[in-house]
Amino acid sequence: MGQRVSLFVTCIVDQLFPTVGLAMADVLERLGFEVDFPESQTCCGQPAFNSGYRAEARMVARHFLDTFESSPFIVIPSGSCTAMIAHHFADLFHKDPETLARVHSLEKRVFEFSTFLTQVAGVEDVGARFDDIVTFHDGCHALRELGVKDAPRRLLARVRGLELRELSPAEECCGFGGTFAVKFSELSGAMVRTKVEAILRTGARTVVSLDPSCLMQIQGALSRAGSNVRTMHLAEVLASR
Amino acid sequence: MPSEFHQKAHETLANANLQLAIFTATGRLKDKRVEAVGPGELPDYQELRTQANAIKQHAIDNLDHYLELFERNVAARGGHVVYCKDGTEVSDFILALARERGAHLIVKSKSMTTEEVDLNERLEHHGLESVETDLGEYILQLAHQRPYHIVAPALHMTRYDVAEVFTRRLNVPNEIVIEKQTALARSILRQKFLAAEIGISGANFLVADSGAVVIVENEGNARLTTSAPKIHITIAGIEKVIPRAQDLATFLKLLARSATGQLLSVYTSFLSGPRRPGEIDGPDEFYVLLLDNGRTRLLPDKNKRQSLFCIRCGACLNTCPVYRRIGGHTFPWVYSGPIGAILTPQFMGVQQEPDLPFASSLCGACGEVCPVKIDIPKILLELRSDVKKAETRDKQNRLEKLSFRVFAWLMTHPRLYEMAGKMLRSVGVPSIQAGPLRAWTSQRDLPPLPGRSFREMWRRR
Repeated sequence: MGQRVSLFVTCIVDQLFPTVGLAMADVLERLGFEVDFPESQTCCGQPAFNSGYRAEARMVARHFLDTFESSPFIVIPSGSCTAMIAHHFADLFHKDPETLARVHSLEKRVFEFSTFLTQVAGVEDVGARFDDIVTFHDGCHALRELGVKDAPRRLLARVRGLELRELSPAEECCGFGGTFAVKFSELSGAMVRTKVEAILRTGARTVVSLDPSCLMQIQGALSRAGSNVRTMHLAEVLASR
Repeated sequence: MPSEFHQKAHETLANANLQLAIFTATGRLKDKRVEAVGPGELPDYQELRTQANAIKQHAIDNLDHYLELFERNVAARGGHVVYCKDGTEVSDFILALARERGAHLIVKSKSMTTEEVDLNERLEHHGLESVETDLGEYILQLAHQRPYHIVAPALHMTRYDVAEVFTRRLNVPNEIVIEKQTALARSILRQKFLAAEIGISGANFLVADSGAVVIVENEGNARLTTSAPKIHITIAGIEKVIPRAQDLATFLKLLARSATGQLLSVYTSFLSGPRRPGEIDGPDEFYVLLLDNGRTRLLPDKNKRQSLFCIRCGACLNTCPVYRRIGGHTFPWVYSGPIGAILTPQFMGVQQEPDLPFASSLCGACGEVCPVKIDIPKILLELRSDVKKAETRDKQNRLEKLSFRVFAWLMTHPRLYEMAGKMLRSVGVPSIQAGPLRAWTSQRDLPPLPGRSFREMWRRR
């Protein structure tokens, strides 16, 4: 029996991109992990937190703490949600030492998917095959809050048949930003169109990222621009053979 | 109705020439910075940032001590320190001094702090002539505009715009060659330097242990401003004080590199008091006006007070994907970009422009490039919370508040959350034409909805 790993698939994957969650489970199981899905999970609370509603975010964060109290490892297909839990839960409970202690214990157990594979599972070659030219979009929170840059690239480098072409500029935001995408839709649209231009310049057929929300923004803009470049989560690429 | 902020953002986004001008100019500064702080050029860049942050933290935590030390050391060199609560106290002091000395003409070097208090307008209102001598600021003064950018004030203007302003305001033939435009401004400003009775400058640093004012610039106009007229007045925010002259070794390495990618700016001037016997130039009288203008209001909050660490390099503007598209004049106050988005609500109150802290995708690029490590994204998040706490109970706010209550309730009741998701997928999201969805589809397509949620698929697996 392998090490137990709990999935936190995030509300967006649960509701909109379920195949990302399934792909993540497949990859982890193939590596010998025993994967479970705590059914009471919902959201990390980031939408409320980023919108200034801290009391509401705190309620959702508490629910998360209760749900994953006993999970030794929590793997998440999103850099942004991981950063919310690993960095901002502490901001929410800084006046509540008891909950803060629970948060600090939790912080050590949450992992963004690619980080879990390279750091905890210690793998780079997951045995995947994916015949395509791809480019990789760094989600801002994975990149800047979690410092994830090499892990997904090391994993992609070992995928058979895959050619990676880097974006230039590489570290620009796609303009999603949660409610920002609708509160400042015109501005967010301008940002993603710049991203789409950069993607098209690479000649890649597929855009890969660690964050479903960035991918939703980018896919929506690609589709609006009439492009047939597709978006995929890293887990979906790594689950291909 | 869209707010003024939204409206101006929209106008800037829709102006293709302006978009190109901002994007190109900030892009150049951004690339130069990346090169100048890179591992080949400045291997200890991250250590310097940490050090700069620690010095600022210490200086702001002990602001009273260092201001008094600075004041004593300025006095010891024959200068005078005057504390000013706000712009009125600044202009009252200058007007009184000008009246006493019979001064009419003032030359000014670039200073964001004086922009804060609309100094030129206040002085001109009382019949004084106050001339900006930084080329960009001079152009803007002629055009009656405020700075578009902290470091490059006329960044949004092309040479054709400048030609138009010069022709209209100076009665000169249309001239589009940049060198000739510069020569023209130079010849006019030179006369002003020679005739002015008072010079006004800002300050990049106030050094407590030596009583020196440090000014960093590229055009030499600040050096002329501070040395040619008989009276010199420095106007600086109280947060500009640093403990020791040796701290400059840290800050000067970071400032020009972060601002323009230069290793050092062309001129770094140290002013310490009036001209002494035997010296051939320098002012006879030397004043430093220390301005509060709301700064002390930031001190009680231990986290947000780091906003006062800012050394005004502008790196966060050049790197910000929002500033680079909505530009400087969209922002409600003189400080624009990410630093403006955190300073403005704290100086003017969060209700002044409640949208401001929300105009960010929270990408974090600003925090990453800040040479003194101000955690701008974290402060934006705190200000968002402050805005919500201060918000009025109008209809739109009530609706949003209610939505987030429902959100929190659903997200803490997994069964109801699952049912709500199921309902949404069966109704079909595209059939809902509510505000946020319309905003989404105005720019991009919606993803196709899956037939089942992950949890439903997981159970069947």
